[in-house]
Amino acid sequence: MSRAVGALLRKELRLELRTPQVIPAMALFSITTLVVFHFALQANAVDGPLAAGVLTVTLLFSAILGVNRLFVADQEEDGFDGFLLAPVDRTAMLVAKALSLGTFLVVLEVIAVPAFALALLEPALDGEVLAKTALTLALADVGIAVVGTLVGALAVQTRARDLIVPLIALPLLLPVVIGTAKLLAPAFAAGGAGALPGRWLAIVGLYDLVFGLLAYAVFDFLLED
Amino acid sequence: MHGSRLRTLSALTAVTLTAGYALAAFVAPMDADQGFMQKIFYLHVPMAIVALCGFVFGGICAVAHLRTGDSRWDLRAYVAIHQSLILGAGVLLTGSIWARASWGHWWVWDEPTLVSFLIIFLLYATYTPLRFSIEDREKQARYASVFAITAGAFVPLNFMAVRAATSLVHPRTFDSADNLPGAMRSAFLVCLLGMALLYVTLWKYEMASKHTTAQLRALKRKLTADTDPHAPRSRRSAAPELQVR
Repeated sequence: MSRAVGALLRKELRLELRTPQVIPAMALFSITTLVVFHFALQANAVDGPLAAGVLTVTLLFSAILGVNRLFVADQEEDGFDGFLLAPVDRTAMLVAKALSLGTFLVVLEVIAVPAFALALLEPALDGEVLAKTALTLALADVGIAVVGTLVGALAVQTRARDLIVPLIALPLLLPVVIGTAKLLAPAFAAGGAGALPGRWLAIVGLYDLVFGLLAYAVFDFLLED
Repeated sequence: MHGSRLRTLSALTAVTLTAGYALAAFVAPMDADQGFMQKIFYLHVPMAIVALCGFVFGGICAVAHLRTGDSRWDLRAYVAIHQSLILGAGVLLTGSIWARASWGHWWVWDEPTLVSFLIIFLLYATYTPLRFSIEDREKQARYASVFAITAGAFVPLNFMAVRAATSLVHPRTFDSADNLPGAMRSAFLVCLLGMALLYVTLWKYEMASKHTTAQLRALKRKLTADTDPHAPRSRRSAAPELQVR
């Protein structure tokens, strides 16, 4: 299992390294979205709940781009057939895809969060704020990666895949959005970062756990052919 | 289920619903500060509870479908979700009217129960487009079941998450004994039972209709089989197609 996951993950990352496609698109999209927010909100700097919302929405929409592309290569180049012929557990595909989407999200955040801090965030991004943001986004990334993999695998077989992904993924990810926004709001408060509300950490963590187990249970049925 | 049993069930539903709303209108006391408008509670809350249970029931049918591979379970899940969506539209409508009457706004965002219901409704609204966009029947059924299970598990989780952003505007129906005085509570329970029966009746009717359509199609195919091997396909539909021989 771990060997299969390793091989699949290496394949994903090598594809992305040789022809960078998804990460540049996500990063560019996130920065464009920040510019759009600047003009739409007519604000030079934001803080508190508004800042949390702007960052959450930017990252979520960029993540949707990644989910859209996650299985396209496998679908078009018959990667699914090759994988199904190999004598490995099908869950390996779920784990590898979720890990690679998670990696893309982390790379995206390494670019988008500093850009957000430079362009729009009112309070300075010091060590404490950064640590809280990193913890929150790590929890959110797990949820987005798992649900994104599930939705991506579901949508890639449909005729309208780019339409289906945001329609299903956005409502499913709303608990993560609520949790991330609630967690980031005190971190981005203008008068110094407040404590992270523990209840929301628990809720986002529980969401990750439940959807992780659920994805593990149903993912096999998305690959059968 | 056909014929007389369906008729009995329909009659039972009509009687229970009539009795429930008669109790609600004439026996249950008038609400002290909302007056007659509070009566919409006997329609709105049972509808919401039944719709949510229907979504979860659809998820359970989908589990059975994936476990057995029997397309009848897929049909059951489809019909359950379809009926719940119709009730869900009613819930949003009546909830909006009630919110306007008692809180003064058509929509209240800081109200977790309302918002979580809307999220669930939006999620399930994609069920039919998802089915439509997968051509292969067998794959369509399997993917729809995966969606129904995921969404079914999402229903309670979402309620928890949204409710954790506490608000005190929306009343919890049964969180304490003195929330509902005796006559109101019994009227509410009869209404809830009536609504559940209505859901079951509509579900059975749609199931019966789907079965009849499948049988009719099979008979037509038999009639035309000798002369025309490429009998015209019926209109494209998102509903699962039963194979009757």
